[in-house]
Amino acid sequence: MKAPIALSTVAALLFAAAPVAQAETSFADLEIAPNASSFSLDNGMEVVVIPDHRAPVVTHMVWYRTGAADEGPGESGVAHFLEHLMFKGTEAHPDGFSDVVTALGGQENAFTSQDYTAYYQQIAKEHLGRMMTFEADRMANLALDEDEVARELDVVLEERRMRVDTNPSAILGESFDATLHVNSPYADPIIGWPDEVSALSREAAISYYDRFYTPENAILVVAGDVTVDEVRALAEDTYGQLESRVDLAPRTRSQTPDLTSLRTVRYADPRVGQPSLRRGWVVPSYATAEPGEAEAIDVLAQVLGGGSTSRLYDELVRDGGPATSVAAWYQSSAVDPDTFGVYAVPRDGVSFDALETAIEASITDVAENGISEEELERAKRSLVADALFAQDSQQRLARIFGLALATGQTVEDVQEWPARIGAVTAEDVQKAAQTHLPLDAGVIGYLEKAEAPGKDS
Amino acid sequence: MLSGFSDRIRSCLLATGFTLAASLGAASSSAALTIEPVTSPGGITAWLVEDDTVPVVVMKFAFEGAGAVQDPEDKPGVANLLSTLLDEGAGPYDSEAFQTELQDRSVRLSFDSSRDSFYGDLEMLADDPGQGIELLRLALTEPHFDAEPIERMRAQIISGIRRDQRDPSAVASDVWSRTAYPDHPYGRPSEGTEESVAAIEKSDLEAFKTAGFARDNLHVVVVGAIDAETLKPLLDDAFGDLPETADLKPVADVMPVTGQTVTETMDVPQTAVRFGGPGLARSDPEFIPAFVMNHILGGGTFSSRLFEEIREKRGLAYSVYTYLAPLDHTAIFGGGTATRADRVDETVRIIREEIARMAEEGPTEEELSEAKAYLTGAYPLRFDSSNGIASQLLSIQMEDLGMNYVDERNGLIEAVTIEDVRQAAERVLGGDAPTIVTVGPSGA
Repeated sequence: MKAPIALSTVAALLFAAAPVAQAETSFADLEIAPNASSFSLDNGMEVVVIPDHRAPVVTHMVWYRTGAADEGPGESGVAHFLEHLMFKGTEAHPDGFSDVVTALGGQENAFTSQDYTAYYQQIAKEHLGRMMTFEADRMANLALDEDEVARELDVVLEERRMRVDTNPSAILGESFDATLHVNSPYADPIIGWPDEVSALSREAAISYYDRFYTPENAILVVAGDVTVDEVRALAEDTYGQLESRVDLAPRTRSQTPDLTSLRTVRYADPRVGQPSLRRGWVVPSYATAEPGEAEAIDVLAQVLGGGSTSRLYDELVRDGGPATSVAAWYQSSAVDPDTFGVYAVPRDGVSFDALETAIEASITDVAENGISEEELERAKRSLVADALFAQDSQQRLARIFGLALATGQTVEDVQEWPARIGAVTAEDVQKAAQTHLPLDAGVIGYLEKAEAPGKDS
Repeated sequence: MLSGFSDRIRSCLLATGFTLAASLGAASSSAALTIEPVTSPGGITAWLVEDDTVPVVVMKFAFEGAGAVQDPEDKPGVANLLSTLLDEGAGPYDSEAFQTELQDRSVRLSFDSSRDSFYGDLEMLADDPGQGIELLRLALTEPHFDAEPIERMRAQIISGIRRDQRDPSAVASDVWSRTAYPDHPYGRPSEGTEESVAAIEKSDLEAFKTAGFARDNLHVVVVGAIDAETLKPLLDDAFGDLPETADLKPVADVMPVTGQTVTETMDVPQTAVRFGGPGLARSDPEFIPAFVMNHILGGGTFSSRLFEEIREKRGLAYSVYTYLAPLDHTAIFGGGTATRADRVDETVRIIREEIARMAEEGPTEEELSEAKAYLTGAYPLRFDSSNGIASQLLSIQMEDLGMNYVDERNGLIEAVTIEDVRQAAERVLGGDAPTIVTVGPSGA
């Protein structure tokens, strides 16, 4: 199996209103999930419904517009810690409801990001109302005891060891993000800095919960075998009964200044089996970009590093080039400007310098000479095809809308995405490279092998 | 994988040294799933589920028995390298041209190999599936194996092997396989070693393909916006040029070695644990009771006994799981976790105690009814997409469970009695101690 590096371009979801023509893709005819609709409850909670009647199953998700970037000073990791504690219980359901979900044959999970926290179940459609009852209950009535909190903190610390401390690439990643996102909360890892996570308390978790877990800060997304009317009735009976608990402050955060300096991060570790290099810039996200700008960056990421027909792959990996693998990615769905990254693994005997020079040459070529119409068309078609194939999965569909709405976009923004991608010109892509990928700014990260001190390993 | 930009997801990652077998395939009888057997003029058979909801066609296929077990004894990694090269130049197209064709025609084509078999996955838009089929035909019958892509993929795989050598979980899985199957292909790493991958030549790839890809070990499932009449000639186009019969080396059936304890030192802040012993064959009449038992013990939900004891009660680990892996020539009951070095002994002791307790007592009536409710209720969730349906049906076809299995499966689970589970638990867990591997810091 080839191991493509997972890239996080937003694959939007579409239904082909017309067959995709070979010669000239007509993006304007493609609308994303035209059967998706949205409304708001009286208490301000947003609801998105995406019917898909192929199987008698629903995906029920609640997205909170809050994540690690909204934590208070010294409390990194509390958003993710609270996500774990949300499974503990409420006054009405002291042991949580995982056992019920399991008993009904459902699957559940949750995830925390910088900008959002989401909880979901996938379950037979007849249990949707029950899931809403539970989820609404824990939105308002979480009850935590000290012993549970202490044990869960141990679990989170083990999770941190598993994800970060045993993984040199993740260790570098933390320094890389901290150096790139200067003066922005994106500098801190989602799972938290070790000392701060270790010191988290029940009070810290409850305080964060009381600040952000409230219906007007939440988005309900239901995809699957339902109608809008069914969802509306159930949502009004459950979430609609909740009072808003908080006076929400706008998500105003300190911003990374436009630093015209190139910063370098090095991490050497005897555990590194394979050196690698990463390069990053802070670029506008869909929420902060000028019209058309984020779409152009999406296409740029595809042209530069979107698979084996991309510029970087062609110039660095094929024909004995300096890299064995390469990728570009764009964190496009974020409240604040976020990362455009390039990642490369040097071939044996190739220095970081040589690898860097090659990456810079590829970027310079796009910035100075632009791209061909053929490349442009291929990149667009590829982005759109991702979306066409994504519509096979109700879960992916629910995530696409939840992610967009939690990071400042609207349902319409998502639905009209293909037309906006279609409008990107070769010039726009060239301009994006010139504007957003300056070679004398951003961060370079090196992961290298350290010679182990004299002991057996 | 780059870390640091993916969501932190609260879940058990089931990464073991073995591909986790599709547990117990299948869809809800409540979903209207109509499987249509299709035979092409040239005699290629496939299972078709026609569904026009989404304008996409998914084809999944496999060459049974043509997995890593067929690698030359001195060169593990051939099947894996082959799976990266079929789309790197074929017929009139060199590597880059082939990849360009795939992109321009909006076709997704990928290959994968497991220990036992070789798999293909084709996704295409419904308006012209013939284009994807033509590229698949070329990949299967006229791959180039040009020097440049071979070197490129070789370098990429070796780079991954080096990374895994420093990953305690990956090392623990490899060591477990090596210890459990010392004189068998199952003991060798599927992706090979740095040395073996370096030694693979074009002739190895050609020989593997020639011996392994044939019509008599082919399984095909198609799901999506296509009807039988359209599909029939396409099956001949894709697979008709393959040889009639595969020429596979016999592989011995084998039992995993039990009772070994292996400790490897690695300077990491957390110890990875992998354990495993004999399981049950998929065709064993007690497999389903054992499957229910495994679910109760450590089957990957937040309600299993091990999750409760290790994570919820004591905070010892983020992830703990067990699994049943019925492979073609062996069967495993195994599991894993990862914990702070100074808590490994306690964690392993609890796992052993829980295994012993399940072997002696079996589950409670309440646990059994909860497990049945979950397993039967979770059934339709696997069928929420064309990809999901195709994966399930392919494994049902390969396990020879029959086209009606989809409708029968929940009844089989429902019929399991507590006595059945007790017997299965005693049989699977009550024998020799599993072989346990720990990889982590010394002197904890």
